[in-house]
Amino acid sequence: MTAAPEHSGPVGVAGNTAGTGDMIVARPAGFWRDIGSIAIRSIRQLPRDVEFIGPALLIPLFFLVVNVGSLQDIADFTSIEIDYKAFQLPVAIVFAVTGVTRAFALVLNIQEGYFDRLMLTPVSRRALLLGHMAADFVLVIALTIPVIALGFIIGVRFPTGPLGVLVFVLLAAFWGVAYTGIPYSIALKTGNPGAVNSSFLIFFPFAFLTTAYLPREAMTGWLGQIAQYNPVTYLLGGLRSLFVGWQWTELSKALLAILGLAIFSQMLAFRALAGRVRQK
Amino acid sequence: MSDSEIAVRAVGLVRDFGDVRAVDGINLEIRPGEIYGFLGPNGAGKSTVVRMLTTLLAPTRGQAWVRGMNVVERPGDVRLAIGVALQEAGLDARMTGREVLVTQGRLFGLSGAEIRRRISELSNIIDIGAIDRLVGTYSGGMARRLDLAAALMHNPKVLFLDEPTTGLDPSGRMRVWEEVRRLNRDMGMTLFLTTQYLEEADSLADRVGIINVGRLVAEGAPSALKRSIGTDVVSAHVDGDTDAACDALRDIEGVSAVDRFDQEIRVSTANGSAVLSPVALALDRVGVTVTELALRTPTLDDVFLDVTGTRLDAHPERASS
Repeated sequence: MTAAPEHSGPVGVAGNTAGTGDMIVARPAGFWRDIGSIAIRSIRQLPRDVEFIGPALLIPLFFLVVNVGSLQDIADFTSIEIDYKAFQLPVAIVFAVTGVTRAFALVLNIQEGYFDRLMLTPVSRRALLLGHMAADFVLVIALTIPVIALGFIIGVRFPTGPLGVLVFVLLAAFWGVAYTGIPYSIALKTGNPGAVNSSFLIFFPFAFLTTAYLPREAMTGWLGQIAQYNPVTYLLGGLRSLFVGWQWTELSKALLAILGLAIFSQMLAFRALAGRVRQK
Repeated sequence: MSDSEIAVRAVGLVRDFGDVRAVDGINLEIRPGEIYGFLGPNGAGKSTVVRMLTTLLAPTRGQAWVRGMNVVERPGDVRLAIGVALQEAGLDARMTGREVLVTQGRLFGLSGAEIRRRISELSNIIDIGAIDRLVGTYSGGMARRLDLAAALMHNPKVLFLDEPTTGLDPSGRMRVWEEVRRLNRDMGMTLFLTTQYLEEADSLADRVGIINVGRLVAEGAPSALKRSIGTDVVSAHVDGDTDAACDALRDIEGVSAVDRFDQEIRVSTANGSAVLSPVALALDRVGVTVTELALRTPTLDDVFLDVTGTRLDAHPERASS
């Protein structure tokens, strides 16, 4: 049985527990306010999740420093047309924004019973997911800032200027939010924090079977073939293009890769949500 | 009474989990302003009934309405009318008490001013000094009271409390009881309260429904239920042949029923003081050793024993029902 919430009007009780006689009227808050309420709640919790956000920040910084330090000299023998530091910055950004979501908080809410409390309110069920994703958008943007700052410190520059930096951040953030559908679908489907924790592993083949270390022209055999079909390849291509100039073809391919991932992962997430909120 | 004039109504409510029938044809009719106690052991089906009435779970068969609104067809409207505190306090340990209440208020469409007012009004339930602390630092009792406050944020018409005092210390239990009485007295709120505590149902409920193995086995005002098994109860704990003792006691004039539970024999009668001596003599005659003999008024546990053949506190399973 599917049961979309249907509201025909406010329901209230005259008075309150103190018996003042004033009217408090419960009513549907509305779709956008629901999203806002869930998002604000989720964003407020971010500083309390240092143990979760800390590693998500340290890993990309670590990759950036180590990859540049260990591979820069080798990269001089390849066809990379930009500085290897700039070539690696998008890789670090993709690590920073992929799989970093509030899905872990959501699955804890399912375990603790708070999700049931939310289900007992007239909140739009889609807002339960979209509110968390709005918080994810804020989170991934926040995570890109220190990584880009480190990039600047080690000498990376954007010839496309501040607008290029903005597009760089937004492309990364949209990718990050598009990917969240996968951990959310696992959280909603399983209600198991361990499964959500492992969901990052799904990203590993995408992260490494791509142009993370070498341009596609330098890749041969099966790796080159796989990289050709990997959406991360096109995302990296779009991000790296911003270190050359405004290359609209590369940016369009990156946007299409994000869109394709979003359609796939969000479909999974909303289907899992429908299963979770259905009166079974 | 029309559907809309009945606070909670259920007709033939059935819920299966696979091959297991958790709820088996429950019929309920709860009037507005009533405190209805749903009494039964763990595993009886109390929480499953609550989850169906509060839109969390669909019935396998049967129908239910809250204030005339079908819980399956109009779940959104039902949610606006009800407040619910489930058996396990549904709270996020990483939120503060205030954040829980603010989020709850916002999702019920309350304005900022209304939310602030409600938090102030609910300060008699919550520990106001701890309201800005993370819920994860709360004691069990504090968390239960915050959960109750969250259920009351939007001033619901009907409040469902699923074992609200389980796990609370005596003072915490008394606070919840007092709040339940006050909500009902001052607000005219209808309360549907599940419990496994006899004294809780006896003390709080206008009417009690006794549920066992998914079925409603008795229903009525606590006093009427207790009267139904006699005015007085003579309770004897014996060592020896209890079957022979029961047979002997049934022959005593004025005895309306004799029940046995392990080594306890319970004699129901309209006049306890008149049969007390004959009971003692009869037990002596059949050669059993009496370790305890008491005359008392019936309890809801006696009612439970009468209708199910087992004591309420004899159910060992402590899992969620």
